[in-house]
Amino acid sequence: MGLTISSVFNRLFSKKPMRILMVGLDAAGKTTILYKLKLGEIVTTIPTIGFNVETVEYKNISFTVWDVGGQTKIRKLWRHYFSNTDGLIFVVDSNDRDRIVEAEQELHNMLSEEELRDSVLLIFANKQDLPNSMSTAELTDKLKLNTLRNRKWYIQATCATQGTGLYEGLDWLSNELANK
Amino acid sequence: MNSFKRDKKEEEDGGSQFLNLEKTTVLQEARIFNETSVNPRKCTPVLTKLLYAINQGETLSAKEATDVFFAMTKLFQSKDAVLRRMVYLGIKELSSLADDVIIVTSSLTKDMTGKEDTYRAAAIRALCSITDATMLQAIERYMKQAIVDRNSAVSSAALVSSLHMSKLAPDVVKRWVNEAQEAVNSDNVMVQYHALGLLYHIRKSDRLAVTKLVARLTRMSLKSPYAVCMLIRITAKLLEEDDEAGGNDSPYFNFIEACLRHKSEMVVYEAAHAIVNLKRTTSRELVPALSVLQLFCGSAKATLRFAAVRTLNQVAISHPAAVTACNLDLENLITDSNRSIATLAITTLLKTGAESSVDRLMKQIATFVSEISDEFKVIVVQAIRALALKFPRKHGVLMNFLSAMLRDEGGLEYKASIADTIITIIEDNPEAKESGLAHLCEFIEDCEHVSLAVRILHLLGKEGPKTKQPSRYIRFIYNRVILECPSIRAAAVSAMAQFGASCPDLLENIQVLLARCQMDSDDEVRDRATYYSNILALQDKSLYNNYILDPLQISITALERSLKEYIQNPEEQPFDIKSVPLAAVPTPEEKEMKHKAEGMLVTQGGPVKPPPVSREENFAEKLSIIPGIQQLGPLFKSSDVVELTESETEYFVRCIKHCFNNHLVLQFDCLNTLSDQLLEQVRVQLEPSEGYRLLLDVPCPRLPYNESGSCYVVLQFPEDDLPNTVGTFGAVLKFVVKDCDPATGLPDTDEGYDDEYMLEDLEITLGDQIRRVTRANWAAAWEEAATEGYTEMEDTYSLSSMHTLEEAVQSIASFLGLQPAERTDRVPEGKTVHTLLLSGMFRGGADILVRAKLALTDGVTMQLTVRSPDPAIAELITSAVG
Repeated sequence: MGLTISSVFNRLFSKKPMRILMVGLDAAGKTTILYKLKLGEIVTTIPTIGFNVETVEYKNISFTVWDVGGQTKIRKLWRHYFSNTDGLIFVVDSNDRDRIVEAEQELHNMLSEEELRDSVLLIFANKQDLPNSMSTAELTDKLKLNTLRNRKWYIQATCATQGTGLYEGLDWLSNELANK
Repeated sequence: MNSFKRDKKEEEDGGSQFLNLEKTTVLQEARIFNETSVNPRKCTPVLTKLLYAINQGETLSAKEATDVFFAMTKLFQSKDAVLRRMVYLGIKELSSLADDVIIVTSSLTKDMTGKEDTYRAAAIRALCSITDATMLQAIERYMKQAIVDRNSAVSSAALVSSLHMSKLAPDVVKRWVNEAQEAVNSDNVMVQYHALGLLYHIRKSDRLAVTKLVARLTRMSLKSPYAVCMLIRITAKLLEEDDEAGGNDSPYFNFIEACLRHKSEMVVYEAAHAIVNLKRTTSRELVPALSVLQLFCGSAKATLRFAAVRTLNQVAISHPAAVTACNLDLENLITDSNRSIATLAITTLLKTGAESSVDRLMKQIATFVSEISDEFKVIVVQAIRALALKFPRKHGVLMNFLSAMLRDEGGLEYKASIADTIITIIEDNPEAKESGLAHLCEFIEDCEHVSLAVRILHLLGKEGPKTKQPSRYIRFIYNRVILECPSIRAAAVSAMAQFGASCPDLLENIQVLLARCQMDSDDEVRDRATYYSNILALQDKSLYNNYILDPLQISITALERSLKEYIQNPEEQPFDIKSVPLAAVPTPEEKEMKHKAEGMLVTQGGPVKPPPVSREENFAEKLSIIPGIQQLGPLFKSSDVVELTESETEYFVRCIKHCFNNHLVLQFDCLNTLSDQLLEQVRVQLEPSEGYRLLLDVPCPRLPYNESGSCYVVLQFPEDDLPNTVGTFGAVLKFVVKDCDPATGLPDTDEGYDDEYMLEDLEITLGDQIRRVTRANWAAAWEEAATEGYTEMEDTYSLSSMHTLEEAVQSIASFLGLQPAERTDRVPEGKTVHTLLLSGMFRGGADILVRAKLALTDGVTMQLTVRSPDPAIAELITSAVG
């Protein structure tokens, strides 16, 4: 009896779930972002062989964030986590000018996948605290975001170690989800 | 809670949701894993079904497995403990089927180092199942930490997983030795046991390290009884390997003996078991161990009684006197309510008992033999076999009992062991022959095992014609032709032909029966009938001998290979059957090993063994790396291994002599035991005796520490000079040494220096050039040799160093390298005169038949007669003996 009531209660007041896939090249800062959001603190990370998954509650939405590793051998496995994805977070190391082309290719390859047709795209331009980092405008250009058709996207400057920009990104995501 | 209730309800219904599971349905259901929010209550049963289906033998394709595996990884978002643990199981099951399983590495390392203790051990096991040798380095740090973790479940899981990982990456796991060392000091009984297991596994190839380990651990008292049991086993193994450490004073033995007073029954039993199974235990050392076993025989616990009586049963043959001391306790166990214990008790008594008690014990067994399992029936049969050999006069009782057992229900292994026993008794005891054959005839009347029926028919063909009344067996054999399947019919036809060839007065009737068999529906049966019928019609004794009584001696696998080669590269000359190597004759040791293995209650229900390949064929494959070896023709014989150095010297060299028709190939197996040396261009320099020509020398390019390599020398036998083929060669091992770092095995410099090492002299004997050949009918061959103009040489010798006939028989057979025929290698007890019949083949294919008449006086006098087509060979043999 008690169980029935609580499940009805949950259904009425439960938080709206949203499934987020967070990818990007290796060492972009995905795992650090995930745990900064989850725990509010900076954890020491090692290269992710596989994935981490955590649920982050924010503004009445329950974000299930899948952080999948960015090493070359893991990238080809991203596709297993595409289906049912509401939002895609693509993390770029704004300071890594050498590999920005590689990041651009991976991003566009992924966006051409049928399964991700309806997902919105949030780009975290991470490591903005570093002196030589590219601005969001420069990155928009380098990542050829303006060529995207039929895709809602937003680019947000972040610094995971200081926590700046992360929640602004989530705000945009939650708005988009509410509009869906 | 709810889910438990539901499970219970399903159990009561009797219908399981797992009945009639379809793989495709389960895979469909598994799609719910992909839903955005995971429902543990729905997902757990689906996962259970999936695991159930896999365990029932459903096979998943790589794609199916990979898809469902990745779907399963989505369940990591749920924090439900039950579901998570199911996921671990799922990972383990699918790890070998799916691709890209490394995807869960991060998640599992997080769980194994996390706060949730219920996850950690299982996560370690799952992690090790998805990790290969290249990925192991990445998790090495975590494994090391887990081994010394305070949580015993975590530590045990890490230790056992390390043991499994050492198969993939022994070098990495070796680096964890310090952690394992620390875990041995754990307070937890299981951790200590597992740690010792890992530690021993890492060190077991290094004798010195094992000795140190044992020395240290025997002094500190281990808390875990499991670990102590393991230590006893390791110690016992050391004792067996180490000749010098044996005897009463050895600290190893003292440790095991001290364990007899341990407070745990498990340890006490393990120690007693180890002591009675040690090869060199004296009867005085045995006493305390036996009194322990005796005590256990009277224990209230069935497991202890069983363990004790089983151990006594195993050692009853090696230490009969000691076991007799327990007779009274064993008598009490005969009526034990546990049938397994009762069987072992009775068979032990049978093995040790006196002739007078046989009747009583057999009666006792008869009361419950139908109640025990086949496995134990086999033990009973083996005991009877031992008994029949010990008390030949009791064959009547035993044979009756066996035939009664034959009529009962039973599996192939059981029936085969009975038939084996009867055959052994027949061979050993001529008085039992007629009744034994009669029992077997009766048995094949109603035998469901084809292989057994074929064997028995073969035996009837061999033994039947030699009995007083051969005709009585014909009916039994011909009945098989009428009633059975083709393979049995074919065997029956062959058996009848044997009678036709050996008993002239039956020949006419046999021909009539064979004529009927030529109408058979099966090709093989018709072929055999036609073949035998034609040969018998020619009435030629030598044809009978060569083609009916003495079947082909060649190795069947080799014949197949040679024929294939011949068909692929046809030559002008017709195929020569002499070029096919002869079948290997099992040596007495091998036969003994087989019997021993049978006696050990080991059910050999494992995978079917591949057909035995002779040693020569194994070597032939190995030798094919020598350039030009094909020109030497087929390998004729490979000698036993000869050691050319003392064991445990710097370099350990053994030699195998491979004899070809006109050539001799010497294979030197070298082992480098110096950790700071890398040897290159290792070869053996020979000083061959007169007449030999050195043709080729194949060095071993590299010989790192603790690895063995082979180098070869090819020689040509002296031509037309047989006496000189027997000789002694001087040998020196030559090589280039490079000093190297013992830790890495890498040489310090590129420059090496030449060095050499004296080896013991290598003898080439007569036996190296002769192959054993079994002759079923030696006498016939001997007579035929006389008519075909073989050379006969005869000489008389006095073997003054021999003191018994057995000794003489053994040494003559092994010296000449010939096979004893017609069981003349067994000397009847109490006789002072014996005739030994031997046969073999010289390289090149010439037959050798030898008759040695032995008489025991002061020493042994021998008259040796040799018949061979080649006079030089006959002369060589007579001169070699002198």
